[in-house]
Amino acid sequence: MKIFNFHLMPYAHADLEAIKRLGTSWMTYPNSYYDPKKGADLYHEYLDQLEFADELGFDGVAVNEHHQTAYGMMPTPGVLAGALARRIKNGKLAILGRALPLVNNPLTIAEEFAILDNLTRGRFIAGFVRGIGVEYHTMGMNPAESQERFLEAHDLIIQAWTRPGPFAFEGKYYKFKYVNPWPRPYQDPHPPIFTPSSGSLSTIRWAAQHRYTYCQTLAPIASVAQTFKLYREEADKFGYQATPDQFAWSNAIYVAESDEKALRDVRPHLEAYANEFLTRDPVMMAPPGYTSVESIKRMRALKSFMAGRSTAEDMIARGIVIVGSPNTVREKLAQYQDMAGFGISLTKTQFGTMPHQMVQENQIAIAKEVLPYFKDRLPQPTKAAAE
Amino acid sequence: MSPVESFVDLDDCRIKILRAGQGAPLVFLRGTDASDDWRPCLDELARRFDVIVPEHPGFGGQPKPKWLDRIADYANFYLDLFDHLGLTGVHLVGQGMGGWIAAELATRDTRRIASLTLVDAQGLWLDGVPTLDTFLCTEEKAITDQFHDAKLGEAEIARRLVPESEDIRLNNQVVIAQTTWQPRGYDPHLRKWLHRIDVPTLIVWGAEDRLLPQAYAREWGRLIPGSKVEIIAACGHMPPIEKTTEFVNLVSAFAAERAVA
Repeated sequence: MKIFNFHLMPYAHADLEAIKRLGTSWMTYPNSYYDPKKGADLYHEYLDQLEFADELGFDGVAVNEHHQTAYGMMPTPGVLAGALARRIKNGKLAILGRALPLVNNPLTIAEEFAILDNLTRGRFIAGFVRGIGVEYHTMGMNPAESQERFLEAHDLIIQAWTRPGPFAFEGKYYKFKYVNPWPRPYQDPHPPIFTPSSGSLSTIRWAAQHRYTYCQTLAPIASVAQTFKLYREEADKFGYQATPDQFAWSNAIYVAESDEKALRDVRPHLEAYANEFLTRDPVMMAPPGYTSVESIKRMRALKSFMAGRSTAEDMIARGIVIVGSPNTVREKLAQYQDMAGFGISLTKTQFGTMPHQMVQENQIAIAKEVLPYFKDRLPQPTKAAAE
Repeated sequence: MSPVESFVDLDDCRIKILRAGQGAPLVFLRGTDASDDWRPCLDELARRFDVIVPEHPGFGGQPKPKWLDRIADYANFYLDLFDHLGLTGVHLVGQGMGGWIAAELATRDTRRIASLTLVDAQGLWLDGVPTLDTFLCTEEKAITDQFHDAKLGEAEIARRLVPESEDIRLNNQVVIAQTTWQPRGYDPHLRKWLHRIDVPTLIVWGAEDRLLPQAYAREWGRLIPGSKVEIIAACGHMPPIEKTTEFVNLVSAFAAERAVA
């Protein structure tokens, strides 16, 4: 298993009471709550953490993109990846991912990613996403065009990376007389492509068709396993067998001396993450056309489920996060790997309000107690899977 | 009076048309509430006009036409429809999004139009005038916000938000987003050409419209040469429903004065 250190870079000093009152940490949570002095310190701490992860032997580091939210301070992840590109000496550098439909000119993403691939001499991983629903409000893009724009932007970027330029591109949304980007990617034909998603069937099918690594965003392990199974079935239909490196599970891990201490330490930060930083109005999240009518109906039905507060115990029990002693964490990670069959773990070592020193201790513990045990570990067939 | 229902196949799509009454043709373009039911205001109008209510392409469970990207596409489609139906001397009335379509249409070609009535129409942007974002509220709230009288809003919620129509409503929303999401509810190019509208134009507005405050009525009035602005008191975004009699009287009187012989 490859274990990446994934960061969301939350604004850890967010006013949790204000978020509760407003019912969201996205879009309408006023940016007057952002203190640049505190924010600057956080950026440096978070970048230090990712550089530290590389020194500790994590297989890679990853950042992502969200807009107008305290949940994550990386609206232009390329800037953060650029800051990391000369410091990450060993592992991969991944942006998981950039939201293709949110830009008017996807060639800028082809260029940005190609630079990062050159800077890392071929250790860059390119993540392509559509962005979440609220981003169609904050970026002023039409959600009804999201799917089509994503597919067209993807085609344009792949062509820009692989077709000798200059050539003309005439799409419905993107039209260029000249496509001839410099630099070209370092990797041949292009960086590996990861597709993070919350599990929409169309994305799963599309990723399977292109053999892109599918990353499941934060979800209970049972549903992760179900989603990966769907991908495998789709891969079968496309005439090949999917391998573990095509599956990445996005999780959070916290290790301490004992299960009790780990839970005690992690509770306020994990619960702030799940209940405040993630808080968003369901209407914001489901703009028309962003998902199918069926998905919107499913989301509406889930409204009551989303209303309750998550506890740390609940998130641990459902296998959304792994928290505990070294033994517990190793056992669960192995068990979950066998259950879901992933070859990549995208692991947050910081979440919510967790402070710098605690994160570093967690990183050290994971590097010492977890990484060595999973170095070449592949999913083992489980009894349930064999049946 | 029950309307006659028919279907027209045109421009690679199929639309439903409800039609009732006799007299000069009055085409009523609905707003985003587009459902295919026949409201009392249409009955009233049908006493004096040949009332024609087309369902917008892509609404009512029909697939979204390939050519539909923006409101201007609807305007061109309705010009095709008027040709197809051979209509002349049309009194064109549009509410909300339908008003936007009607205005776009009238900047292009008024040869078949006798008069234009815009009712709480979308399509313009005024700096500094607060408007509501209907994409950022629940379906219930979106309806409540359309009415000045809260009781009417409740009645509309009960009437419209029924489980049987959920799929159609959600599909309509996709078409509404496709055409009005960005820029949100207006087209910056429209105002440049409103001076081209050369038919008598009436602007009808609910004084208490929270979606588009009445400053918008004045702006339409300013931009369309010779147009007349009528503000209906104690009325929200939906004068045809909230103040049926006043709305029908205004439209009828205006059209009667400008009837094409």
